[in-house]
Amino acid sequence: MNPVAWGLLAQVVLAVCAVASALATRGHVRNVLAGSACAGVAGAGAVTGMSVLAGGTVAVQVTTALPVPPMVLAPDRLGGLLMLLVGAVGVIASVYAIGYVHGASASRTQWAALALFLLGMQLVPAAGDVVAFLLAWELMAAASTVLVLAEHAHRHTVRHAAVWYAVMTHLSFVLILAGFAALSAAGGSTSFAALAGTGTAGAGATVAFVLLTVGFAAKAGLVPLHVWLPRAHPEAPSHASALMSAAMVSLGAYGILLVGVRLMPDAPTWWAVLLIALGAGSAVYGILHAGVATDLKRLLAYSTSENLGLVVAAIGLAMLLRTHHVPGAASAAIVAALLLLVSHAAFKATLFLGAGAVLRATGERDLDRMGGLVHTMPWTAATFGVGSLGAASLPVTGGFVAEWTLLQALIHGVRPADRVVAVVVPLTLGLIALTAGLALVTFVKAFGIAFLARARSAAVLGAREAPWSMRVPMVLGALGVLALGLLPGPVAAAAASAVGAEGARVAGLGGVELTGVGAVLSPAALVGLGAVVALPALVLVLALARQRPATADVLAWGCGGVRTSPRMQYNATSYAEPVMRIFNDALQPSRDVVVTHLAESTYHAERVRFSQRVDDVVEARLFRPLVAAADALAERARRVQNGSINRYLGFSFTALVAVLLVVAG
Amino acid sequence: MSVAPLVVALVQVTVAVAFAPLVVGVTRQTRARLEGRVGPGVLQPARDLRKLLAKTPLRAAGTSPVTVVAPVVLLTSSLLLAALVPLVAALPLSLVPGDLFVAVSVLLLGTVAIALLGLDAGSAFGGMGSSRHMTISALVEPTVLVSVYALSIPVGSSALALIVAARRDHPASIASPAGVLAVVALVIVVIAETGRLPIDNPSTHLELTMIHEAMELEQSGRDLAWVDLASWLRLSVLLGLVGNLVLPWGVAGSAGFGPVLLGALALAGKLALLAVLLAAAEVAMAKLRLFRVPELLAGSFVLAFLAVTASYLVA
Repeated sequence: MNPVAWGLLAQVVLAVCAVASALATRGHVRNVLAGSACAGVAGAGAVTGMSVLAGGTVAVQVTTALPVPPMVLAPDRLGGLLMLLVGAVGVIASVYAIGYVHGASASRTQWAALALFLLGMQLVPAAGDVVAFLLAWELMAAASTVLVLAEHAHRHTVRHAAVWYAVMTHLSFVLILAGFAALSAAGGSTSFAALAGTGTAGAGATVAFVLLTVGFAAKAGLVPLHVWLPRAHPEAPSHASALMSAAMVSLGAYGILLVGVRLMPDAPTWWAVLLIALGAGSAVYGILHAGVATDLKRLLAYSTSENLGLVVAAIGLAMLLRTHHVPGAASAAIVAALLLLVSHAAFKATLFLGAGAVLRATGERDLDRMGGLVHTMPWTAATFGVGSLGAASLPVTGGFVAEWTLLQALIHGVRPADRVVAVVVPLTLGLIALTAGLALVTFVKAFGIAFLARARSAAVLGAREAPWSMRVPMVLGALGVLALGLLPGPVAAAAASAVGAEGARVAGLGGVELTGVGAVLSPAALVGLGAVVALPALVLVLALARQRPATADVLAWGCGGVRTSPRMQYNATSYAEPVMRIFNDALQPSRDVVVTHLAESTYHAERVRFSQRVDDVVEARLFRPLVAAADALAERARRVQNGSINRYLGFSFTALVAVLLVVAG
Repeated sequence: MSVAPLVVALVQVTVAVAFAPLVVGVTRQTRARLEGRVGPGVLQPARDLRKLLAKTPLRAAGTSPVTVVAPVVLLTSSLLLAALVPLVAALPLSLVPGDLFVAVSVLLLGTVAIALLGLDAGSAFGGMGSSRHMTISALVEPTVLVSVYALSIPVGSSALALIVAARRDHPASIASPAGVLAVVALVIVVIAETGRLPIDNPSTHLELTMIHEAMELEQSGRDLAWVDLASWLRLSVLLGLVGNLVLPWGVAGSAGFGPVLLGALALAGKLALLAVLLAAAEVAMAKLRLFRVPELLAGSFVLAFLAVTASYLVA
């Protein structure tokens, strides 16, 4: 057996151990044992992914009792990259969970579900045929639903969120099943190796592409199928949110890559344009909602929609440019898609773990009630800060390199003679730039309001820093974000080899060179240059600080008065007010201002109460009517069933007559 | 990395630091003269800087290390920007291309630093300035990238040094419709990013209309000196970039002493001209209402997009 096969076997064995230890032990022992075993599953997955990336191949046939051909596990390099990504996120989330879980989220069901969820997520990219893919997909979907339900006994919103999630995830499953059925019919096989290179001309291929794209888009949280994200992520325990948001949605993007790059590579133009529109639309919509969100985990969930939108837009761009004969820029775009995916996994895991640490220390998810946490939770603040830099695509983080790569692909994808490219590329550039700008506002708000300034509620004042078992994973995540930003060359080269593109190679100082477009970026050299130019200023600062130490503890400016109430600070709602006002038509917030006047005079207000709600427009306009229609239909169908035995006997009789008529005719 | 471009980049940073207080001095002096005042002279900003550096900084109670670090980060970002943008010479560095995306990211790093600085003291004004500043930065971003896209189409690269060199070598492209539209869009962006009229009034101290000033309200002593120097540097570097795009003559194409000296002198001339023009335009203009600013920025985006369209017609 080769290392890849051993790795796959080890994952299954470790997952069984994790489930067994979750069921057999209790209390703190269970957390430690099951958590370590889960970290082992994820770690084995990461190692397997690495050996696949290094060139290891395997084809494991698993015969099952099901009436289907044997399942095949045969990860290719792209699958290996995803296994590595999912495994790395899985390790830090599992270790974090040891210190984080408490109460309902520490139950044996939850730990067992976590182990199965991790295993499912590893098997999806390892699958080599349709059957294995679908079974692993369903394992992942079902286990994650259990994880979302963790605190259902305490909050009714959890049950609501879980219903939305279960419906959307199974809708996605059904669409993918139908899509693969159409694809297998068109390609005449269920194995991915045989399906690769299926023609894209026939109606079967078109139907398969549309069904699969919509199915995977629902899992990736793309608008308009994103509605489960902002509900499920806030309600799930934070380690599960991190896994779902950093790892599971990436598998949605993997599905789109599988279909668009591996199975049906010669995409017609409209497929590519569809993906770009879907992706760019999700990016702008997601970041707008993240920008005005005040619930920290909801904000992060919407930002996931944004980032996966960017990934899918990059995939679409690569398909478009390849079809329109701009191969250099196309390979840069596909490398950009993978770099975006990897950097998103790193910073989103860090951010969700940080949000979880805040939630555990203060019981708050509402940014409007946070503030000043940098004093009580310095480690969490630092790691969340690094994650925010990554999410805002600023140097020197993985997000910055990924976005730079995408912009390079766009700027070199110039074909004035080709009308489609000439129109699509600059529009995409504008939308991506707007997304990047709003991401800056969003994450300055998230970090600045939560961690800086003064505490806005009493709960936040008594916050204690997270224990070491939670701090270490957060620090590892933050280091990952920085490492992806400082030494992007090897990652980009691995990503290029994963999709078989000659797109990127390592340049000096661990930098990245995009060979297709002839662009070089070495973030380490940028940091070096920054250090050189900043050196004189730094020396001067240190000398002056020694000569004249600053006087701390003076009063902040209050227009000449002493204004000490923390309620007078800007909070998350007011911070986002300009954005809300500018994009009022797109967001459609509902505001309520109630002024209570003094009894003596209506000119004096005693109290002013302001409340604001931002409902998801897509949910309100698209899904609510659908749900209402389904309800109405069900209501009408209930009239048929009134509980009367006579009526049921009548139905049976009619059915029997109908059958007789059919058989006789 | 070859040494010559690196040395030139460091020379550029030194020149920019030397010129930045003078650029601000010239705008203030011009403004004073046009308004019928005597004015403090062009050296006043440099004297202010010296005075601030000698003072003990005061920091509000409850501030975090962000208050200490952010001014230095802001300054570093401005210095790095001066090294990346072709001011004196158009020589690309081999490992860090003076790519516009990199330059914009470095600029935004400074923007984020000052926005966090505004929030840190926990006063209402700091938060207000920070929120407005970030919103404007977000809306500026599409224009920046699309206008640079338009400028890069004829050159085939987004490296600023190559764009400037191409315009110097083929002056016909400066007056092309695409070039003019893209530069006009960039000028609006530069005004927004540096907080000048009509988007922000750099001399206002009325709390409700401040943007930039509101964020540095809590700063004093050397903290304020760094924030001021960084903002002045940012203004000078971006004006220098606009100057080199419109009048690319004199920008050194090699690393010799003569060309670099000529480049520095040419830069001084361009900056003086633009500073006077900026001040003259500001005297004639009133500040826009905050919520009219998006309309202006949307207009600049349309210009940038027209520039892309126009560049297709030529190509």
